[in-house]
Amino acid sequence: MPILEVKNISKRFEDTEVIKDISFSLEKGETLSIIGSSGSGKTTLLRCLNFLETPDAGTITVNGEVIFDAADPMSRSEKGIREKRLHFGLVFQSFNIFPQYTALQNVTLAGLLLAKERPDYKARKNEIQEEIINNAKAILDSVGLSSKLDFYPHELSGGQQQRVAIARALALNPDILCFDEPTSALDPELTGEVLRVIRELAERKTTMIIVTHEMSFARQVSDNVLFLDEGVVVEYGPPEQVIGNPGEERTKQFLERYFENGNA
Amino acid sequence: MNIYIASLFEGFWLNIRLFILTLVMAIPLGLVITFGSMSKFRPLKWLVRTFVWIIRGTPLMLQLFVVLYSPGLLFGVPMKSRMTAAIVAFVVNYAAYFSEIYRGGIESIPKGQYEAGAVLGMTKSQVFFRVILLQVIKRIVPPMSNEIITLTKDTALARVIGIAEIIMSAERFTKQGLIWPLFSTGLFFLVFNGVLTLALGWLERKLDYFRV
Ligand SMILES: Nc1ncnc2c1ncn2[C@@H]1O[C@H](COP(=O)(O)OP(=O)(O)O)[C@@H](O)[C@H]1O
Ligand SMILES: [Mg+2]
Repeated sequence: MPILEVKNISKRFEDTEVIKDISFSLEKGETLSIIGSSGSGKTTLLRCLNFLETPDAGTITVNGEVIFDAADPMSRSEKGIREKRLHFGLVFQSFNIFPQYTALQNVTLAGLLLAKERPDYKARKNEIQEEIINNAKAILDSVGLSSKLDFYPHELSGGQQQRVAIARALALNPDILCFDEPTSALDPELTGEVLRVIRELAERKTTMIIVTHEMSFARQVSDNVLFLDEGVVVEYGPPEQVIGNPGEERTKQFLERYFENGNA
Repeated sequence: MNIYIASLFEGFWLNIRLFILTLVMAIPLGLVITFGSMSKFRPLKWLVRTFVWIIRGTPLMLQLFVVLYSPGLLFGVPMKSRMTAAIVAFVVNYAAYFSEIYRGGIESIPKGQYEAGAVLGMTKSQVFFRVILLQVIKRIVPPMSNEIITLTKDTALARVIGIAEIIMSAERFTKQGLIWPLFSTGLFFLVFNGVLTLALGWLERKLDYFRV
């Protein structure tokens, strides 16, 4: 059974249908890259998965449980969404880490708040908090930030901030971790450290969906690649096929334009 | 000479009382007005914004008279105390100004901060109180400081409805041919604002540990 099944998802803003009838599925431990030109609907798709947008049609199924069904008004209710969106993590293009908290506090904040809802919270408060903090430290260590625990965001480089954001998403242990162009806002010399962290996550079989313009990176880390154009899935398959030997004319044109612009 | 100084202090005590009462009430009332002016319910939003526009678009001096006289004229129940009228006028006026500062502060926080909190499973109120609020406070401390300094000087306006604040107290002596008490009122404001500036500067430095 796939960990994620997206079926016939559509989303329109006013008159324009931004994503159209998108379906795909993802196996546990798989890395899926989504490529496509700017404006093709990649961000909107990730936002739909994270309940930042409500799809107009379609279903989202995680581990066999339908967590969203556009036809069912219940699945649009604010209640329950909070729990369901925890199946997903999202790393934003612009990091969006919290400026008034240290790296460690950024990573622990949500976990500490969620823990208050646990039935055993009162009885084991100190123990639970300690667990969350130790877990956060271990994650920050794994993204190479063990020496920056008490640094505030403005004291960190963009690459370090994005790694804090990755750690923050990982701390809640999502089933599927989504990245929206995680290196697009970074100076070129800082993209490497972030890509390295994502590569390690892929090696450790973290289930991920990565929207990216880094074509060679996508080729190396992905199990599958999805090419999105004007809101529709044009081509889907292993990277050797979609990036290495595309079957569709539109994919070829996109890749040609990409490599012509001096990207390698 | 002692009677003059005692009289000035007595007058200035009224300025200080008006100042403190206005701040204590206008700071929270301003937040209520902000929520109204940012409401998704259009009629409420426009009602509140029109109200704020009127308050900010007319002189505080005029508002003092309106608050003092309109209860008697409209409802036949005259304002019992001039000080109450002054407090009401000042609180409403400053709450309107504060609400616009708050709104600017809230609207300047990037949408991504709310979204980052939401995708981490935080509730709307957790996002507001744990993520947004402190960033808003940091942004509004400088403009609020300006307004608060202005308020100290505005309290002198209360004399137009017969509050014996410091300048009115001093003017009594001017009529007797003594000008120095009037001029020396400036010292009271300067010293008070000096202390206030230090306190507000301290608050600003307290929030210096992060950047927004
Ligand atoms: N909130 C919105 N309101 C209206 N149009 C939007 C909104 N968000 C995205 N769009 C439009 O949807 C299209 C796809 O956007 P997006 O998903 O951000 O594409 P991508 O991430 O592939 O660049 C664009 O044309 C964009 O202008
Ligand atoms: Mg995008």
